[in-house]
Amino acid sequence: MIPQQFEYSAPKTLDEALGLLAEGARPLAGGMSLIPMMKLRLANPEHLVDLGRIKDLSYIREQGTVIHVGATTTHHDVESSPLLRGKCPLLAETASYIGDVQVRNMGTIGGSVAHADPSADYPAALQALEAKIILRGAKSERTVTAEDFFVDTFTTALEPGEIVREVIVPVDGDGTGTSYQKVLQPASGFAIVGVAVRLRKSGDKISMARIGVTGLSNRAFRAKEAEKALEGRTGTPAEIQAVAALVAKGVDANSDLHASADYRLHLATVYAARALAAALGRIA
Amino acid sequence: MATTTITKTEKLVGKRIRRREDPRLITGTATYVDDIKMPGMLYAAILRSPHAAAKIRSIDISKAKALKGVHAVFVGEDTKDAGAVPCAASLPGLRVPHHNVLAIDRVYLVGHPVAVVVATDRYIARDGAELIEVDYEVESAVADPEKALAPGAHAVHPQWPDNVAFNFHQEGGDVAKAFAEADVIVKQRIVSQRLIPNSMETRGVVADWRAADRTMNLYTSTQAPHLVRSLVAQILGLEENRFRVVAPEVGGGFGAKIQTYAEEILLAWISMKLQKPVKWIESRRENFTCTIHGRGHVDFYEIAAKRDGTILGIKLKLIQDLGAYFTILTPGIPTLSVLMMPGLYRTPNISADIVGAFTNCSPTDAYRGAGRPEATHGIERMVDMLAAELKMDPAEIRLKNFVRNEEFPFPTATGLVYDTGDYSAPLKKAMDMADYDKLRKEQAEARKQGRYMGIGLCAYGEICAFGPSPATPAGGWESATVKIEPSGQVTVLTGISPHGQGEETTFAQITGDELGVGIDDVLVLHGDTSMVPYGIGTFGSRSTAVGGTALYYALQDLKAKVKKFGAMLLESEDVTLAGGKCTDNKTGKSVGFKEIAAAAYRAMKLPPNTEPGLVATHFWEPSNFTFPFGAHLVVTEVNGETGDVAIKRYIAVDDCGNILNPLIVDGQVHGGVAQGIGQALWEQAVYDDNGQLVTGEFMDYTMPRAHMMPWIESAHTVTPTPVNPLGVKGVGEAGTIGASPAVVNSVVDALSTLGVKHLDMPLTPEKLWKLISAGRQA
Repeated sequence: MIPQQFEYSAPKTLDEALGLLAEGARPLAGGMSLIPMMKLRLANPEHLVDLGRIKDLSYIREQGTVIHVGATTTHHDVESSPLLRGKCPLLAETASYIGDVQVRNMGTIGGSVAHADPSADYPAALQALEAKIILRGAKSERTVTAEDFFVDTFTTALEPGEIVREVIVPVDGDGTGTSYQKVLQPASGFAIVGVAVRLRKSGDKISMARIGVTGLSNRAFRAKEAEKALEGRTGTPAEIQAVAALVAKGVDANSDLHASADYRLHLATVYAARALAAALGRIA
Repeated sequence: MATTTITKTEKLVGKRIRRREDPRLITGTATYVDDIKMPGMLYAAILRSPHAAAKIRSIDISKAKALKGVHAVFVGEDTKDAGAVPCAASLPGLRVPHHNVLAIDRVYLVGHPVAVVVATDRYIARDGAELIEVDYEVESAVADPEKALAPGAHAVHPQWPDNVAFNFHQEGGDVAKAFAEADVIVKQRIVSQRLIPNSMETRGVVADWRAADRTMNLYTSTQAPHLVRSLVAQILGLEENRFRVVAPEVGGGFGAKIQTYAEEILLAWISMKLQKPVKWIESRRENFTCTIHGRGHVDFYEIAAKRDGTILGIKLKLIQDLGAYFTILTPGIPTLSVLMMPGLYRTPNISADIVGAFTNCSPTDAYRGAGRPEATHGIERMVDMLAAELKMDPAEIRLKNFVRNEEFPFPTATGLVYDTGDYSAPLKKAMDMADYDKLRKEQAEARKQGRYMGIGLCAYGEICAFGPSPATPAGGWESATVKIEPSGQVTVLTGISPHGQGEETTFAQITGDELGVGIDDVLVLHGDTSMVPYGIGTFGSRSTAVGGTALYYALQDLKAKVKKFGAMLLESEDVTLAGGKCTDNKTGKSVGFKEIAAAAYRAMKLPPNTEPGLVATHFWEPSNFTFPFGAHLVVTEVNGETGDVAIKRYIAVDDCGNILNPLIVDGQVHGGVAQGIGQALWEQAVYDDNGQLVTGEFMDYTMPRAHMMPWIESAHTVTPTPVNPLGVKGVGEAGTIGASPAVVNSVVDALSTLGVKHLDMPLTPEKLWKLISAGRQA
């Protein structure tokens, strides 16, 4: 449980950090995944660049119709932000489900997103929110959608030398209801299955449905077939059941000690129904 | 600051007094092994086998030795003279594998120590270990005891191809006749899965050899410092009187720190080789793979009864997963299960056969309850199954078969003598607390609604206060020394080695009451062999019942001496010691405790035939074990959609005899119940077919945590034991023993409408969901 020797830098500016990263160093944010991996010597970086002391990388700011969340914003800050709780409650609710108090105090949104654990919580919400992720390299910056960002297990659209600089989520106006429902892996607290739902109604019809799913397969994904099936409906219990079943349809599900593929698929359906019902109930 | 009161306060025993050891623990000022630092101290890191079974072709340590900061690297060949890791348990025909401190030509389990690197700091030591190149010839392994016993299985030890370490048979009464005369026989295979004890503090050792004095100082996180001293001194050929073992603050043990481990021998050996103090702190990963595991039973039960529910006999075939090696008690643990297999029931006829199976896994040994949780789980499941078969209420069948109050002391078919009991009292109390009849009505209503509500009972008995010396491998007595200092303050030295059980508080309560001094005038010291005359240690719920009794008798000796000095000072022949003073029964004149203490040490004058000073030591040998008992009642509801188990109510009624401190007893019950629920619902050590521990870290091994616990409604009945004058029986393991059958019985009851008769632990949601889905389709 002792990592190999490594060099450690804690630059104060983003440019300085990006310069070191361009030379092959590895970024360290909250360290909630990387440090345990290093202690088990599953990850052996030679040079760590701690992003924690960079000014102005931890923030939650509203700008027009979106909210910008800086990469080193902790889960606790997301969970307890009055701005997010009021205007993008799905992200705050999802953050509240991550790990335990200590993890939420240390772990960051940028670190979690960049790590792309297939059982992490944020990716489900970011899919449902159609979030944008700003990637910054030494020379340039680009924006990718959450859908394009999560490529595979522990694999993202990040290129070498790039970091997640910011996550952009929408301001959800009136008529929107959201919910994140999760089955906890009892030992680790990761999601065996997590379903994030975001619904909008016009009149009594559902005009928009977004469903993000994590834990079920190799990457977080949007259940688009289910989304389409719900749009234009009122959301009766029967409709919810039918739509929830679509969430797991055709998914190549993970299987491990804690849940077989069959059980995961079943749980995805159950928790999708719970999330859909909860989101509908929350539409103001 | 600290003021000396030395006055009689109100009676201390029986009060909810907060633990006096807690301030240092919760302020982070306690000293654990890893807090010990010495000038010139080196650090050891152990390279361990990644394979469960392999021959070692060669080991290349050259790169590790060349690393800057590395002082030495040792492999198995170097440590041949360091002796073998000891096992104190013995059984007829037992095959004992030689357990070297470092592997010599083969490894037998993942985590088997292969080499040790000693360096100036722990980081360099670990880097050095990574540089050692071991050429393994990997063999197939066997990690399941039933598979190990099947023909053609991989031989864990090549010299014993059947993987059988021992066969053990015990019987009492006439079990063949009982089964021939039975109206009903119920059979069931019951698994008590392997568990990992997971104390909060891992193990750790600091060894400090002083060649000039030929003294060894060994600081180790242990439950039994004197046993470690005797064994390691003997193994290394050192002088016992110059060998000091200190158990500093120990952050939990649960039985996994009774053993004398390879690292304790190895570190002492290294310190002698290098003439330097050396530290080794076990990593959590090592703790998972290399410290002992618990349970690991596959039990085949048969219970025979009359149609009216009278139990006639029990047969048991017990397969014990021993692991690859023995630690101090490994082969003895399943024999405790056999002793307790009748439970609280009269059961006149029993027969048991144990097969001890070697596997390429960590050794099993004592883990909180040690053999009794397995036995209780077995009998309490079987009684429930029998009740179901006979369509009797599970409470009724228990009440019918309990040993009756007038039958104590009750000789069991397994050769024990149950001291005393009122077995129906806790069960009836638990049922009253739960309003049992109303609960059954609620359950009927829930079933109509399609809900899976269960009510589970467990009436447990346990064997505690280990124990009479002839029945234990290393002596079962305990010692206490009490000193009244010249100031009048009192110091207690105890041979037990508490590490969370709170005896610094309860022993101060006993002392305060006996001597008539305040609790703050008493200091309880333990865990240092240079300070305490000798002791056996803390395990088997023995500390208060045996160590507390030794203290009680030492206090009686000391009181007699105090009275002599009191009488001398009062110039009286008839005095009473009470309220912190000696009073002349005729004149009413009195002399305070402080004055008496001062006089005893100043010794200007002495009572006839009396030595100066106020010190008494007592070694107490118990005449019998104690047998606590109790009943737990658990209400559960299984979610039909997901298989999740919700514990709606948890009622624990424990009878541990007299209660010295209800707060501490509550804590012991709560912790034990948490671990018992942990086994019932979540915990399991899972090895794959290659002998790799799949649940080798907290990411996969589910420890119960506070937010996963139900509210525990705790209550007691009090049946004092006649075995000791305190009337205390022991409560350290009660919760783990009562909890797992109560929870499993409850969930089986919940799913009985689906035809479920038995479930093996842990009751994972997926396991239950599959049964519910299958039941719904059928």
